[in-house]
Amino acid sequence: MNEPDVDLDLALEHGLTEQEYAQILKILGRTPSFSELGIFSVMWSEHCSYKSSKHHLKTLPVKGPHVLQGPGENAGAISLGDGLAAVFKIESHNHPSFIEPKQGAATGVGGILRDIFTMGARPIASLNSIRFGSLADARHRFLLRGVVSGIGHYGNCVGVATVGGETQFHDSYAGNILVNAMSVGIAEESKIFLAGAKGVGNPVIYAGSKTGRDGIHGASLLASSEFDETGNDKRPTVQVGDPFTEKCLIEACLELMSTDAIVGIQDMGAAGLTCSSFEMASNAGTGIEMNLDTIPRRAATMTPYELLLSESQERMLLVAQSGKEEFVCSVFERWGLDAVVVGKVTDDGRMRVSFEGSTVVDIPVDPVAASSPELNRPSKEPEDLGARQSLNLSLVESESNPEAALRALLSDPNLGSKSWVYRQYDQRVQGNTLIGPGGDAALVRVKRPDGSPTTKALAISVDCNHRFCWLDPEKGAMAAVAEAGRNVACTGAKPLAVTNCLNFGNPEKPEIMWELKKAIKGISIAASALGTPIVSGNVSLYNETNGTPIFPTPTIGMVGLIDDWADAIGAHFKRPYQEIILIGTDRFELGGSMWLAKMRGIESGRPPEVDLDYERRLQKFLVLSGERRLLSSSHDISDGGIAVALAESCFGLEGCGASVTLNAESTLEECLFGESTGRVLVTTDCAEDVLSLARDSDVPAIVVGKTGGERLKISSLNDSVLIDASVAQLKSVWEDAIPSRMDPEE
Amino acid sequence: MFAVIQFPGSCDDRDMWFAMSSVLAGKCSMVWHQESELPAGTKGVLLPGGFSYGDYLRCGAMAQLSPIMGAVKRFAKRGGPVLGTCNGFQILCEAGLLPGALRRNSQLVFVCDDVHLRVEKRAEPFSSRTEKGAILTLPIKHGEGCFYASEMELGLLEQNGQVLLRYCELDGTISKASNPNGSLGSIAGVLNKEGNVLGLMPHPEHAVEAAFGGTDGIAILGSLLDMARSA
Repeated sequence: MNEPDVDLDLALEHGLTEQEYAQILKILGRTPSFSELGIFSVMWSEHCSYKSSKHHLKTLPVKGPHVLQGPGENAGAISLGDGLAAVFKIESHNHPSFIEPKQGAATGVGGILRDIFTMGARPIASLNSIRFGSLADARHRFLLRGVVSGIGHYGNCVGVATVGGETQFHDSYAGNILVNAMSVGIAEESKIFLAGAKGVGNPVIYAGSKTGRDGIHGASLLASSEFDETGNDKRPTVQVGDPFTEKCLIEACLELMSTDAIVGIQDMGAAGLTCSSFEMASNAGTGIEMNLDTIPRRAATMTPYELLLSESQERMLLVAQSGKEEFVCSVFERWGLDAVVVGKVTDDGRMRVSFEGSTVVDIPVDPVAASSPELNRPSKEPEDLGARQSLNLSLVESESNPEAALRALLSDPNLGSKSWVYRQYDQRVQGNTLIGPGGDAALVRVKRPDGSPTTKALAISVDCNHRFCWLDPEKGAMAAVAEAGRNVACTGAKPLAVTNCLNFGNPEKPEIMWELKKAIKGISIAASALGTPIVSGNVSLYNETNGTPIFPTPTIGMVGLIDDWADAIGAHFKRPYQEIILIGTDRFELGGSMWLAKMRGIESGRPPEVDLDYERRLQKFLVLSGERRLLSSSHDISDGGIAVALAESCFGLEGCGASVTLNAESTLEECLFGESTGRVLVTTDCAEDVLSLARDSDVPAIVVGKTGGERLKISSLNDSVLIDASVAQLKSVWEDAIPSRMDPEE
Repeated sequence: MFAVIQFPGSCDDRDMWFAMSSVLAGKCSMVWHQESELPAGTKGVLLPGGFSYGDYLRCGAMAQLSPIMGAVKRFAKRGGPVLGTCNGFQILCEAGLLPGALRRNSQLVFVCDDVHLRVEKRAEPFSSRTEKGAILTLPIKHGEGCFYASEMELGLLEQNGQVLLRYCELDGTISKASNPNGSLGSIAGVLNKEGNVLGLMPHPEHAVEAAFGGTDGIAILGSLLDMARSA
């Protein structure tokens, strides 16, 4: 075995700093071997160690009476009552997807699914949040096509319904797209599995795909540095997904976890075998002894360095009860998967790895895993913040043709129908989809692990307004948490907990650190106020190309529960001649709005206020209205303001247009297209009851019009007609938003 | 009793079992593809949707070689009802139990949507609960559902009345716009000559509960259950 000698230069090439290398020498009391250097470099990479963010992440609220598992495990878990738990997490796969969109996105889905079933939960639903540059750019049409086909390829094949998400476009993502994948699973509360290598002498078992040379340094080098023109050279660090093997792994693992054979389990994701074994030993306070000669491999001549750092997908590391190894391996074999005993749990807190008779790694577990570096990087308010936030509306040309503006907004790919995207996803498998993609939140029935149905359903939403976050990261993050909760509450479900994916630029720049810190603060404040703790998440930094960062994008995934799905409420107007009630207060806020960006090319101002006390009352009101079955529909007012929300509500059923009168105390554009938060449009047959419940809930509510007809008509109080348009025509513009850009020949 | 065959990579197996047993109160059990015989008392065989063996080769090409397929073929030859949905349809074509083949969708991407389907005939054991000309709404979700057969085969299919379902508009009109994958003759469901083997691209098992995609799938699955109960 011929391995390079390790010195400082080689350490720097591995992305370690001089101080970190000095610390390694101190921990070991000697020069590390090549394999050991590889281990330190991945475990201490930004991606695996969260070194820039963990100091700040500690401030997030993570506790609550229903929280079963907070951050730190493969995924978070909350109690749903009746012995059932929801297990969920969101994770980024941004850099791989930019380099190779189909496989990058596919393996993103595969990775998040493994995080869920590793906990003993059957994944029941996937969502995603994807962001691209403009579709006018051929590269981004290619990227959208690739990412969507990758998400579909993987998700469809493993049999997990993709039920929702968001697809956004903005130039700030032109050099660095975002692909955040979220998955939700159901487990028995008493059978949640953790990643702990417990029980000295217990066998350590490797299961799943064979180990190849793919993805080495995917996490440490690809995900932990910025892009430049050489991005394509990093293509070999992107892994290739095999959803069929993943499907078999899901079934084999869930079958095994329903027995008493498994002690701990961890998937091999970023940094592969290294990360999974170190984390399992660290979590349990034990050590592991491992023989690399036994690892199933794709190439006969792989070195220990490659075996330890490979990020080949669809692999699991398990600790089984001593004596059950044959049984465990036999279950994997029945599913056509490799499974071998590769080592055992020890009690000395060290990781000892042998290869062809010699020891290649012998290092203490804790300094590598639990005690990895933690930085408090300097942060500084961006110099252009004042410019970002300044907006003189008196200099902005007012809207003279609101109907044309509405059509223009609906035809924007950000607001237009995303059916081009989600028609490529299996939304129905497992038979639980009550509300699929396109609603405020997805709604998915909960079945017990034995397959029997319950009356419970989970409402799931993924949200972030990146423009708000750029203008004011703290307020933008608050708005994202509030909106995600509101979307969940709009279905009648009670928002319970959050998973977040923090996508930011290079943390070595103080301005980026400032954005990250502010966003985390905003999430903390909002999550505390709304009683929805953060139970899992992921941080993705270095999202920039040639020094240009993305807009700060803290994506919020919210999960809520409805006890009886028969109480659920949809977003579309359901019947003609029902009263439309506007819940909430219009503060006539135009800063950061879609109208300003699209119609005036202005992306500045202060984002709308977020009144969290009110927001909590509003969400409670929505849940109560659902329980009392007062509402026929409810739809959150967000991007594009009330005009867009009204149009969207009309797009469900024919004959369910609307005629609405707005109290236009302000300018036309503020009134129609302002994006004040905390507003919801509901329809009902019993307006008196809704208004009275709103009064009792201390939530402003006013009847603004009626459903019915084939047109959307919006008037002002003095009877001047602002918009009077055919719903069918608006709908056709909205439906064409993405297809007309993707398939212009049709 | 109905047997749902479980291949590695089957995805809709549990949904088929759920629809037949939990929702429609029939007797149903899962049969692993490595078995060489169907359970005693099997009244019907259901080949579920999904991606057997990942469908990395031609869809269904690997699954049709599974040990259980010998038993399924014998069962079909004796006149036992066999329903294959989506991947199950692809497997039946590969196994030679149904004519034709399923090619990549004409638009080259996976499509998941509700489609309207015109029932072309009422016959046991698959459509006794509905009638000729009825319109069903069922979900499809596939990347390779474009039905293809040679001109001669297609002629024979029509002549023998082997087409059970066609993609159509809500009013029953057959059109290019309502054909989601480019299938020849807008064919969505095909019977063998004897009428006891059916392949469907749409998923009746995903349309058995009103709140979860409607109940039109019962027209097909309920017919099978009626047959089993009366037999």
